[in-house]
Amino acid sequence: MDLERLLILSAILFCIGLYGTMARRNAITVLMSLELMFNAVNVAMVAFAKYIVPTGVQDHLGRLLTGQMFVVFIITVAAAEIALGLAIVIALYRNRETVDITEASLMRR
Amino acid sequence: MIQEAAVWAIFLLPLGSFVAIALVIRPFLNRFSGLAALTTITTIGASFALSLVALGSVIDNGEVLFAPHEWLSLGALQINLGIILDPLTSIMLVVVTGVSLMVQVYSLGYMRGDPGFARYYALMSLFTASMIGLVIASNVVQLYVFWELVGVCSYLLIGFWFTRPAAAAAAKKAFVVTRIGDLGFLIAILYLFFNTAAFAENGLNALEIADISAGVQLGLLGGTALTLMVMGIFAGAMGKSAQFPLHIWLPDAMEGPTPVSSLIHAATMVAAGVFLIARFFPVVEASVHAMQIIALVGAITAIFAATMGLVMNDIKRVLAYSTISQLGYMVAALGVGAYVPAIFHLFTHAFFKALLFMGAGSVNHASGTFDMRYMGGLRKYMPWTYMLVLIGSLSLAGIFPLSGFWSKDEILAHAWGGGSTVDTVVFWLLFAAVPMTAFYIFRMVFMTFHGEFRGGVEAEEQDAGIPSHQGEHKVHLAESPWVMVLPMGLLAVASVVAGGLVNPVVDILGIPAHWFADFLGGKSDIILSLAGLSLAVAVLGIGTAVFLFLVPNLLPGPLGAPFRLAHHLLSRKYYMDELLEGGVTRRGFYGVGGGSLDWMDRKIIDNFAETIGWSSMNFGRVVALLQTGQAQGYVLIVTLGAIVIGGVFFAFMWT
Repeated sequence: MDLERLLILSAILFCIGLYGTMARRNAITVLMSLELMFNAVNVAMVAFAKYIVPTGVQDHLGRLLTGQMFVVFIITVAAAEIALGLAIVIALYRNRETVDITEASLMRR
Repeated sequence: MIQEAAVWAIFLLPLGSFVAIALVIRPFLNRFSGLAALTTITTIGASFALSLVALGSVIDNGEVLFAPHEWLSLGALQINLGIILDPLTSIMLVVVTGVSLMVQVYSLGYMRGDPGFARYYALMSLFTASMIGLVIASNVVQLYVFWELVGVCSYLLIGFWFTRPAAAAAAKKAFVVTRIGDLGFLIAILYLFFNTAAFAENGLNALEIADISAGVQLGLLGGTALTLMVMGIFAGAMGKSAQFPLHIWLPDAMEGPTPVSSLIHAATMVAAGVFLIARFFPVVEASVHAMQIIALVGAITAIFAATMGLVMNDIKRVLAYSTISQLGYMVAALGVGAYVPAIFHLFTHAFFKALLFMGAGSVNHASGTFDMRYMGGLRKYMPWTYMLVLIGSLSLAGIFPLSGFWSKDEILAHAWGGGSTVDTVVFWLLFAAVPMTAFYIFRMVFMTFHGEFRGGVEAEEQDAGIPSHQGEHKVHLAESPWVMVLPMGLLAVASVVAGGLVNPVVDILGIPAHWFADFLGGKSDIILSLAGLSLAVAVLGIGTAVFLFLVPNLLPGPLGAPFRLAHHLLSRKYYMDELLEGGVTRRGFYGVGGGSLDWMDRKIIDNFAETIGWSSMNFGRVVALLQTGQAQGYVLIVTLGAIVIGGVFFAFMWT
């Protein structure tokens, strides 16, 4: 397993997520697709952290944990974000009795 | 040798009086408003005493030099506060404080019982302080501050009875018209300001008056630029000294209380313009063209105002035009290089004109009016006033040996001796004004004091259709109280002796010949034959006045048909008011100037602003079409944007 394959995995995941975000109408699906994009980024982060550590900044074991740290942060923030997103979806459903996001165009002029 | 603190005290005493009256006496002790008069008279009296000491010091030791104090430092430029105590200043100090003292005493009688008594004295103190500050200033900026301050005091005092619309309008007119001239002065100061560097290279300060003269001698200023700068200074002088065509404010300024006219609009403030040119005389002299313009403007003013003085019926307006005319003499004198005669005339004129104005006030005190058509015969009731006004009038008319004769004839002699075309023209204009001066002032004397009394203010109101109140006597024919007569008497003494004894032509009573001229460091003399001639035409003027106004049954309407047109033109003041207000101000300034600015504002500025607003509104409308409210659409656009940026990046980085 090397960096290239991991990045290809990350790219595929990202594109699937992006497609889902842009093309699906169900708000839940869109949120799930967003999660996929987050995780694609997480994979890329960890891969880079594993394979590309510039000399001079690593610790005494030859590591740099910045990437992993970011991943932990992103997971935390994503959990909060998904909770908020689901709350909005529920609110939307209560008002409109639908979770189709094309119906939720309240910000149009 | 006078101490610097003593000179500052001359200025600070009246200023302190103003502060004391304005902040303490008027708010808290207004019931004892006599206190305000007491404060003013005491402080100005002290100033007068110190001015005499200063004059003595200058007579003994020549110009006293004081190091200036730093006031503001702006980069290379330093603006100082300082004192010039040269012969010119010391004479001006004595004139200002002396006449002011007389006027303050006189006002005790004239302003008695006025509800604004304390305010009046506060303003008079402030004016006196400002005028002193003006004459001692060593720096142009310092001078300009006081220059404007005397203008403000003039405004406040002309509009002293501000409930009268005429007074309020006159105050405004005086302020605005003098302001036009002041703009020129300001531009001249700014021009000096821009030349700071050139002056600094020679170790001079561009705003110190003495250094400006030195700079001109070094050739730092010259040619057209110098002429224009001098014209700027002269513009300021024209406004303050009511020179043609900015003279229109002074006759209207007669709406103020008469002592104010006496002090500000006859003796001191209007002479400030003459003083200004005298102060900058070494600079002014360096520009031949400017000198010629100054001479001609002065001479034209002298004769122009004298002709209008011939027909005025308001006693104060006669005196106002007379003042303009005499100021014209002084300005013309400076223009032909007659420095000493100009200052000498300023000196003598201050006394006799202040006296004449006080006489007009005294007459008003008795008859209640200023219209000479309702006076007459007052000689019997107020002999003292009559006698004193007669002295002033003879002096103004230039009758030997009163002071006006000497100073006026020195100006004439100098213009005659000048030789150039301009000098000759100036001489004849000034000479032609001599009989007119004699005529109008004796017309005033005869209409006021001779013949039968014609009813005063009561008759005036009856003619105007104002119902008179029963039992109210506005006319009380009696001599004015001694507080009014005494200052007039002192000024009359000054009017008699200030000429012949101050600048005699031969050694007299231990006074060396040409003492005044030597003191000022200049030359002056009279030409005997010329003096005889001008005396003869002055007597001729008086004779005409006798013939027309003293011999009974010729009043009213003594002028025949051929003169009627001229009379009409003169009594409408050559339509100057109409020309300047209607033509220049309304049509020119408001119409053309204001109109074009209005057009520019509407058509260009407004259109510009509206086009910007219109285009951004429409641009916004177009952009708003993209805002569908569909979040997925936005994501699509963001993605496409990212792809484009990435594509461009790869295309340029990896080629």
